[in-house]
Amino acid sequence: MSFFCGKYPIIEKRTLAKGIYSVVIDAPELADEAEAGQFANIGVQGFTLRRPISICQIDKEHGTLRFVFEVRGKGTYALAQLSEGDSLDVLGPLGRGFNIPEGKKIIVVGGGIGVPPLLEISRETSSMCTAILGFRDYTRIILNDEFEEFGTKTILCTDDGSVGVHGLVTAPLEEELKSGNYALVCACGPEPMIKAVIKTCEAHNVPCQVSLEQRMGCGVGACVVCSCMTVRNGREYYSRVCKDGPVFNAEEVRFNG
Amino acid sequence: MVDMSVKIAGVEFPNPVIAASGTYGNGECYTDLYPLSKLGGISCKGMTIEPKLGNPPPRIAESYSGILNSVGLQNIGVHGFVEYYLPTLKEEGNVIIANVAGATIDDYVAAVEVLDASDVDMIELNISCPNVKQGGASWGISCEGAASVTSAVRRATKKPLIVKLTPNVTDITAIAKAAEAEGADCISLINTLLGMRIDVKTRRPILKNNVGGLSGPAVFPVAVRMVWQCHNAVNIPIIGMGGISTAEDAIEMMLAGASAVQMGTAIFTDPYSPLKVIDGIEEYMEENGIKSLSEIVGQVKPW
Repeated sequence: MSFFCGKYPIIEKRTLAKGIYSVVIDAPELADEAEAGQFANIGVQGFTLRRPISICQIDKEHGTLRFVFEVRGKGTYALAQLSEGDSLDVLGPLGRGFNIPEGKKIIVVGGGIGVPPLLEISRETSSMCTAILGFRDYTRIILNDEFEEFGTKTILCTDDGSVGVHGLVTAPLEEELKSGNYALVCACGPEPMIKAVIKTCEAHNVPCQVSLEQRMGCGVGACVVCSCMTVRNGREYYSRVCKDGPVFNAEEVRFNG
Repeated sequence: MVDMSVKIAGVEFPNPVIAASGTYGNGECYTDLYPLSKLGGISCKGMTIEPKLGNPPPRIAESYSGILNSVGLQNIGVHGFVEYYLPTLKEEGNVIIANVAGATIDDYVAAVEVLDASDVDMIELNISCPNVKQGGASWGISCEGAASVTSAVRRATKKPLIVKLTPNVTDITAIAKAAEAEGADCISLINTLLGMRIDVKTRRPILKNNVGGLSGPAVFPVAVRMVWQCHNAVNIPIIGMGGISTAEDAIEMMLAGASAVQMGTAIFTDPYSPLKVIDGIEEYMEENGIKSLSEIVGQVKPW
């Protein structure tokens, strides 16, 4: 696995919901190396720090990478102003992605802007994958139709019940884990959701991999700012979300560390 | 072809651009993009005698043309460094500088003794880290503190000794003189400026440590001023750093009095920036008929 740094042309840009954008770049060498769950650190003109954005889809055949991001502040706002024909300043692919067992049934659980990195898993595993996707309300729903197009059974949840299951992703997760023989759960989303998913998986004795977020600097493991508390070999220490993660095995993560 | 090499405390650097401590790991992080040998040297991640956990996250906040960090010297300890990183560093890099921090003088001396017996080329004494509760910058904010730790470490090593200064003092030249008087071969400056950012929605500081060190282009003029003042105050060479992101910045820093420069935050923005700076300095030398960089060190013509 190696990474690159350069400017890559944007060949498609779409708006998925208010303030949420999908961008596809032509970057064959990056697509060749990329794995589901990895991210790229995207440079923004006029800002010191790059913005870490997860890889949503990898097309090795056509040599493209897709990112889906939400405008959260001035940097992502500036990124959202780019359009087809502009180039994207990309450092990537970075970090450790999901480790998906072959030929086994899995569940992906996503919350809000945590959904995009799970789409690549759905593309790769199709009907072996069940997706449980949670959003605040119907205006925030993204990518659900694409999971379905890949042949993945998709369960939608909204906090306000405007579409799909009313409430948290953990209720349908509980149901699925009871009824199906799943080898793994992969989760990405806000911390309370991640914690609830880990708890549910523990109760059903199903392994869980979680993708974490932290304020990041270099993106390549050099500056050690994006730390999260982990336990390995009985010892607590700060791992780097950018290099040791962003995907971790649930049992090694200690929240509130 | 111009000669870009510089010599500091008897150590020859093939070019004057060094990766700053804490921004380049131990040389292992950017090898996918270019070999470590492109840089004049590397100042390795600050190390302590025992491994150190560091501060809780978030440890970084963005600011105007800069960043604040509060890592708190997370590192695997000096023994881990010598065992795991140093052999590869020696093989792949040019000048290898070990950056050392400690809470007590005994900690500094113990770490330096380990490094003295190792293959590192130089030791950079970090008496300027703003992010640790004990030690760190507290040694660097008084002449007595700087003198006592420099003197103790000087007795513990024959390796070229750089003392890295904090800008968070009233008169940096007094600290520089104290380090020089106790046997420092070189000083490097500036470490980060203590700063703070607050989230106006939550009313919480963005950094879990509340405060952290500011670096990046925002601090550059402060760094140039301090390098110039120190150049006028001491006779040992200076490694200048603080917000350098272009070749012009590096040349400006050398004109102020730096014999070489370190780059850090700019690498986060553009990992190739050190190479661009090296190329730009070379171009400047060719265009201006400069044969050796020593011709420009401290050559600012003040009004």
